Amino acid sequence: MSTRYFGQRIKRNEDVRMLTGQALHVDDVNFTDMLHVAFYRSRDAHGYIKDIDVSAAQEREGVVAVYTAEDLGDYWQPGPLLVPPPPTIEGLIFHQRTQVPLAKDKVRFVGEPIVMVVAESRYIAEDAVGDIWVEVEALPAVIDIEQALNEDMPTIHDDLDSNMAAHVVQKKGNYEAAVQQADLVIKRKLKYDRGTAAAMENRGIVAQWDAKSQKLTVWDTTQAPIVIRNGLAAMLGLSEHQVRVIAPFIGGGFGPKIMMFYQEEVLLPWASMKLNRPLKWIEDRQENFFATTQERGQVHEAELALTNDGRILGLKHNFIHDGGAYIPYGLTIPLNSQANALGPYATPNYYSEFKVAFTNKPIVTPYRGAGRQHGVFVIERLLDLAAKQLDLSPIEIRRRNFIQPEAFPYNHEIIFQDFAPLVFDSGNYEPALDMAIEMIGYEQFIKEEQPRLRAEGKKVGIGVAAYVEGTGIGPYEGARITVEASGKVSVASGIGTQGQGHFTSFAQIVADQLGVDVRNVYLVTGDTDQFHWGAGTFASRGAVVAGNAIHSAAVEVRKKILKLASEKLEAAEEDLELADGQVRVKGVPETAIKLGSLAVMANPLRGAVRPGTEPGLEATSYFGPESGTTASGVHALIVEVDPETMKVEVKKYVVVHDCGKVINPLILDGQIHGGVAQGLGNAFYEQLHFDENGQLLNASFMDYLLPTALDVPRMEIGHVETLSPLNPLGIKGAGEAGAIPAAPVFVQAVENALGDDAPEILEIPLSPNRLFELVFGE
Amino acid sequence: MKPPPFEYFAPTTLDDALDYMADYGDEAKPLAGGQSLIPTMNFRLAQPEVLVDLNGLAELAYIRPAAGGGVSIGAMTRQRSVERSPLVAEQAPLIHETMPYIAHPQIRNRGTFGGNLAHTDPASELPAVATALNARFRAQSRSGQRWLTADEFFVDLFTTALEPEELLVEIVIPPLPAQTGYAFREISRRHGDYALVGVAATVTLDNNGRCEAARLVYLSVGDKPVEAVQATAALIGQKLTAEAIDDAAEIAAAQDIDPPGDIHASVTYRRHLAKVLAKQVLAKATARAKQE
Repeated sequence: MSTRYFGQRIKRNEDVRMLTGQALHVDDVNFTDMLHVAFYRSRDAHGYIKDIDVSAAQEREGVVAVYTAEDLGDYWQPGPLLVPPPPTIEGLIFHQRTQVPLAKDKVRFVGEPIVMVVAESRYIAEDAVGDIWVEVEALPAVIDIEQALNEDMPTIHDDLDSNMAAHVVQKKGNYEAAVQQADLVIKRKLKYDRGTAAAMENRGIVAQWDAKSQKLTVWDTTQAPIVIRNGLAAMLGLSEHQVRVIAPFIGGGFGPKIMMFYQEEVLLPWASMKLNRPLKWIEDRQENFFATTQERGQVHEAELALTNDGRILGLKHNFIHDGGAYIPYGLTIPLNSQANALGPYATPNYYSEFKVAFTNKPIVTPYRGAGRQHGVFVIERLLDLAAKQLDLSPIEIRRRNFIQPEAFPYNHEIIFQDFAPLVFDSGNYEPALDMAIEMIGYEQFIKEEQPRLRAEGKKVGIGVAAYVEGTGIGPYEGARITVEASGKVSVASGIGTQGQGHFTSFAQIVADQLGVDVRNVYLVTGDTDQFHWGAGTFASRGAVVAGNAIHSAAVEVRKKILKLASEKLEAAEEDLELADGQVRVKGVPETAIKLGSLAVMANPLRGAVRPGTEPGLEATSYFGPESGTTASGVHALIVEVDPETMKVEVKKYVVVHDCGKVINPLILDGQIHGGVAQGLGNAFYEQLHFDENGQLLNASFMDYLLPTALDVPRMEIGHVETLSPLNPLGIKGAGEAGAIPAAPVFVQAVENALGDDAPEILEIPLSPNRLFELVFGE
Repeated sequence: MKPPPFEYFAPTTLDDALDYMADYGDEAKPLAGGQSLIPTMNFRLAQPEVLVDLNGLAELAYIRPAAGGGVSIGAMTRQRSVERSPLVAEQAPLIHETMPYIAHPQIRNRGTFGGNLAHTDPASELPAVATALNARFRAQSRSGQRWLTADEFFVDLFTTALEPEELLVEIVIPPLPAQTGYAFREISRRHGDYALVGVAATVTLDNNGRCEAARLVYLSVGDKPVEAVQATAALIGQKLTAEAIDDAAEIAAAQDIDPPGDIHASVTYRRHLAKVLAKQVLAKATARAKQE
């Protein structure tokens, strides 16, 4: 191969389109006869619907249809359970309760849709929503996740005895025996509160039923278009070939856009068929705070048993996970928390028990990190506290407990979110730690800078935390690669794209195999008419699973090219090379055929094609990893705390990241930047404040604080490459890594900055106000 | 997040605008920069039946020397123009210093000086600063005009003394007395956010270097700008030493204000910040007064 694109820091193919406004988003899809949808959403967090009066809305000029649950007839069904609980965990309890298209008898969170209005414009639709009267007999709201499980709490799902949605115990070794041998046991209660992903583009759907072609086309801000297509076809009684779901450019996914099936996703296609008109619903920012799924509420009672020299003997934690009103996503998040509490550390004995609580709050599904944060927060905090007690540095205690390179594959002996045993495929943690310490200047900071700045009255502190990220889980993805007559190469894959740089990183993989310019590789993702096998973009799996499928298809196409070229050029395959968009004989560059010409020869208009030969230079391949591959890394930062205002400024932020072979470091850096921004937001800015009635008090960007460009520090990024043995490219996922350890490393540094009288910080998110309370008392 | 239907008028002269205000009275809302009104309408929290758009009134966009000294600012002057005005910097340096705290440049490009004051958001910087500077407000209606002091103008939460048919047309900032220093500071979560607490101060020294007069006006601690009168009373006749300033700041935080608690700041934290900020602005204003 003449050009090695793989591993190169090249600019993104898609950026020109995206930056000049030429990338299609759902709200760009318009039809002249299109109608607009708005929803009447519950004002109450919990209660029985006694009466719904839509007559005034129906009479409003410009209103075309008003639907309640009753109008849906048999189409009204609870949504599917997207991820069932792992069948292999013994004694697991799981109460499947999934969201309904429109609330019928009961409302379970503020924002739950009750009535759908279809009108000539969104303005009229919103006016008509104002005409609707819904009488609700309010019930006490279940908000606090610890109280939610109390026996005297009202039940959110009336057919259950309590608000416990699930109960899972996983263990390894014998924790109780380990405690007997321990020199030190650190016991704490740790809390993590809710936030929202706040993608720049809210959700949106355009559904167009074409009665003449009998085809339904849906443009949807989904991370999983194929699953939506298959589900819609089944629900609507159509053939899968009658339904086309297109996930065009999407302004950020972060997980919540994969919660198929959102109520709106179920309702718009149905109503479009009913009315025989295209319909559009674009979620506005206010709706997004209620209608899109959220995450992060957990409370952990955790303990860590150690020897005097800081070696972990065992970890135990009991935690409650806030499931929200419905749990369509099964146990993915708490299983991730369970797995990630083990971190990169050898933990011989482990006991982990969790309960999922139904609450009268918006639905919870994975959001970037997806429970990994919580596990990492628990173990990293306990290690910090143990280090203090044992007079070890935070670095030394981590170093002493890292799983050693020769121990891989390392089996943690519990079940992961992909139902497979939690086995770390590969890893080498100390080099990343060493690099991070070096980059942040740890020794110099502790010995020189910090004492000097403290003498000036400045409160500066440093933090270092490690983490692992389970990535790249199955089941599979696929791709079809075609060399076109023009010499351009097209790649079709089923996964959706939300800004990850797929148009470039996937093109790099293909360009290397086929010897073409990366700009001549044209990628189509997220259109079910182009490719209709696959699962979706989530769990940091796009590059790993789709990337390897694309690589495999490219290898197949390369074989076809060589075989045909060998005939045409009358040369042995091993004497041929692919470069500059052509196949040529090594050392005889004038004996060559352009790939486009070869593609035409492979698809002749006359003459016979030999039996067994497929037309064209095309191949379709799939890749399905047996289990996920484990990325890892270390974050380090320096902060300064203003002792008067408790505002915290991040002075320096270092990330050393190991996701195996890096396809494009530029894109990877971007992933990490965004992840850290979200992680710091989670640590110090973003918190959803629900009152005791389940009303969200800060449903706007005025009061829900995202860190802006002014608040996110510049980051220095280092890479370590420990290849994954689980896929041919040796790559691991990277999508969530930036966000995962930001909170514990931030907290460690703030504690360090506050010095000897620092409070123990056992909760996330913080704020200047909360820090003030922790330091000076409430 | 779409507003309900409303009628819209876009007059090009003040007289026409005042006619619309007279005709529609209570149903009408004047639209200036729209940085508060439009979001409020999109949230359907405000549902005016009539909007009278003042953006065509070029006659209300000016900054010029005021007759008796100081500066006179037309109500429709963009905040960014005030921020960049050399005349404002010279005649009303406290306003010049405060402008960058107001949201972000994009918002200041649209937001108007008069619109901000007439909106009377208790978390807004300009009402507090205007109070500290003894600004005067000219209100006009079809039947005439009247002048109001800051105390008269700011009535309550989002409420001014303007009658439904009146428009705020001009604000006059008098010059600072001799040997007067000034300062403004605020604490917000992120740059450009509404302040958790903010405070403006002026300090006038007599010829012996003692405090002759002082103003300390807070934002975000009540329903309107809150003046710390007990704190400043304690300063009169004093040498403004660090101790004197500390004492005044303590009085301001403990006695002069009764701040609310919310999701961003508890009552205790607000009082703490009020003290921290009072110290800072009084010290800075005193230092500046000494340089005069």
